[in-house]
Amino acid sequence: MSEDFKDKNIIQAQSSETISGSGSGVSPDMDYVRPAEIPEQDLYHGHSFITKWVFCQDAKVIGVQYFCLATFTGIIGLILSWLMRLQLGFPEAAGFMTAEHYYQFVTMHGMIMVVYFLTALFLGGFGNYLIPLMVGARDMVFPYVNMVSFWMFFVAVGVLLASFFVPGGPTGSGWTLYPPQAILEGTPGSGMGIILMCVSLALFVIGFTMGGLNYLITILQARTRGMTLMRLPLTVWGIFTATVLAMLAFPALLVSAIMMSLDKLLGTSFFMPTILKAGEVLEYGGGSPILFQHLFWFFGHPEVYIVALPAFGIVSDLISVHSRKNIFGYRMMVWAIVGIGALSFFVWAHHMYVSGMNPWFGFFFATTTLIIAVPTAMKVYNWILTLWRGNIRMNTVMLWCLGFIVTFVNGGITGIFLGNVTVDVPLSDTYFVIAHFHMVMGIAPLMVIMGAVYHWFPLVTGRMLSEKLGKWHFWATFLGAYSIYFPMHYLGFIGVPRRYFEMYDSPYMTSAVGMNEFISTAAFLVGAAQFILIFNIVKSLKIGKPAGKNPWKANSLEWLTPSVPPEHGNWGERLPVVHRWAYDYSVPGAKDDFIVQTTPPSEVVHTKVEKT
Amino acid sequence: MSDPKIEGLELKPGFKGMASDTASDQTMFKGVHWGKAMMWIFLLSDTFVFSCFLISYMKGRASTPVEWPNPSEVFALNAFGVPVPLLLIAIMTFVLITSSGTMALAVKYGYERNRKMCGWLVLATALGGLTFVGMQAFEWSKLIHEGVRPWENPFGAPQFGSYFFMITGFHGTHVSIGVIFLFIYAYKVFAGHYDNGKKGWFTTMKGDYVEIEILGLYWHFVDLVWVFIFAFFYLW
Repeated sequence: MSEDFKDKNIIQAQSSETISGSGSGVSPDMDYVRPAEIPEQDLYHGHSFITKWVFCQDAKVIGVQYFCLATFTGIIGLILSWLMRLQLGFPEAAGFMTAEHYYQFVTMHGMIMVVYFLTALFLGGFGNYLIPLMVGARDMVFPYVNMVSFWMFFVAVGVLLASFFVPGGPTGSGWTLYPPQAILEGTPGSGMGIILMCVSLALFVIGFTMGGLNYLITILQARTRGMTLMRLPLTVWGIFTATVLAMLAFPALLVSAIMMSLDKLLGTSFFMPTILKAGEVLEYGGGSPILFQHLFWFFGHPEVYIVALPAFGIVSDLISVHSRKNIFGYRMMVWAIVGIGALSFFVWAHHMYVSGMNPWFGFFFATTTLIIAVPTAMKVYNWILTLWRGNIRMNTVMLWCLGFIVTFVNGGITGIFLGNVTVDVPLSDTYFVIAHFHMVMGIAPLMVIMGAVYHWFPLVTGRMLSEKLGKWHFWATFLGAYSIYFPMHYLGFIGVPRRYFEMYDSPYMTSAVGMNEFISTAAFLVGAAQFILIFNIVKSLKIGKPAGKNPWKANSLEWLTPSVPPEHGNWGERLPVVHRWAYDYSVPGAKDDFIVQTTPPSEVVHTKVEKT
Repeated sequence: MSDPKIEGLELKPGFKGMASDTASDQTMFKGVHWGKAMMWIFLLSDTFVFSCFLISYMKGRASTPVEWPNPSEVFALNAFGVPVPLLLIAIMTFVLITSSGTMALAVKYGYERNRKMCGWLVLATALGGLTFVGMQAFEWSKLIHEGVRPWENPFGAPQFGSYFFMITGFHGTHVSIGVIFLFIYAYKVFAGHYDNGKKGWFTTMKGDYVEIEILGLYWHFVDLVWVFIFAFFYLW
């Protein structure tokens, strides 16, 4: 920093009292922002239907493409869960389903929801749409690579869905794909199914790497004038950290997919021990199935936070906007996101407590796991304190945010149960685990996605979603999700194992049967309730109330584009210049209850704005 | 490669400078080309890929129930009737490291806008890489000829073949991709795309000699990975 610049910076950061006390009240230098370092980005503008909407290089269109394809895949995952619940609740009505089918549905449901739905939707969908707008860039830094990223995802989804139609069907080894059973005869889909799964995952990783590099460089190197890292909305921080995790965790998935395919195709024995089958020794020998578990969970645990961190970021922004208060402890929130991200690489073996590992290992991983509760709890308190005495708008978006806090705390607390080795051992592989992770990384992030859809739909389409339908959608989902997962905790405590096709004549039958029927009924209703959203979207696209500019009176840059919805290039003639963070809501002394990020200090000298 | 000049901001060395860059607006890495920052982050990710491979290899080798083959015998080459351990590997490594040297010189001449020297050196790097891949193909066919397969080998633990072909194959793929790009970039240098700022094929970014440095980063990385593979496979 030059001396010159430093002085100007100090003037800019002076409190309103000092400036107004100095006479004129407005210093000519107080609005100074350094000139642009980076030249204007030269964008490729599409001319035909194909270059504008199909092979499009506009991050906003790519974001919507990601969103639609991920939602489509998610609906397939939803239908699979219906089929599973039909079998568990009403086995006599599911006569068409064999145990093999059931395992295949379990596997595909898990993999689709975690990777192809939540990851793609948060990072590909929201990331692409929001990052350039929120940091004040015209587009992602490498638009062509960004486009290829989406089409790689498209091919990955195609390969994944193709496995439903190959001989033997998709793999049925559970979403963790544990060897040796994943590639041995007797497991459904152990032929083409598992190969297509590995190919699809590898394609997904390659495609995601292309997108992820774009997100990171856009955030680090293409912010607009005045946009410092500590002025970024938390949404961007969440997506940024999640992308860093993905860039470092997906390699483990790629490597395990490659090694597994070689075990299957070439007969190597990376993961395959000596195996006796019907008295005969198989060709395999000398490999280690536990190695796969380590590789898989080195990816698998950060993956949980790849889904959760964008949700944390987005929900912070939604809560702040709709309770008209600045986010409580912004810097603490940023450090909590980064801290959770870093810690998530040191906890993976808590998924392997029953793999026969050394008890000291379990002790280490239990400790690191429980440490994560600290930054997470900080975030929850900060959300509550943001709401505290805020001017809360009890609209659909806020309902989803409150629903998120409740379900997340619920799932987080059961996580503390499972993080402890002694508590986990009896509970592992029971419905308690299912209840835990669906609450914490299924329902909770989904609530944020829903809130985000209701929040940003006006920006993307220029029309509002129906509030009435939105509230029906929320209450059906929220109450329904609790009806599904709350009883599962109990099922877990009485010892009902997960991944069982049916309970046969076990003593669980008496108490579990009624509960399974109840859970299944709730699952059908909750799934059906999601079509309210789709109906709402279709209806609002046609006859929704026009949103106009900045309908929520929010501060962040994405609402400040010259045209709504924003056009390619986002900002028209001139890039925005940022003077403050995105959270100046209800500032004492200000004309409105929000001060957008581009408001220069000279316009708000008599207000008590935060120094950011 | 001179230090960038940023208007309104003095770039300080050391930790203090890093902190003030991080706290500033617009860019975190001052004056760093987008593509260069991207390559560094990609290489970090790729490091994790190779680390996973090599750690798996260490695990496989450490826990093998069958004796691991002796690398100095398996990788020996007969020169004038005398088996010389690691002869081919030594030559391969020498060629690859040398190609890193020509790459570094190409970057230097590129920034000096010496089009011809830069182009020839990129081409020399590409040829070095090609030689490496060729020798690797020779090594593979020799081992295959001796009966080494991904699923078995006559010298001991079958995992030796599995890990060897997988990891050197993955590295060889990296080298091959690098060679293809080196040839393309050599053409672009000779055609003057970096002197007149011609736009690339798939991007609206103007051509600049920084692209040679970005490709160089990748090439040095591939080299560095080879050093680790060399140490873990041939010297352990």
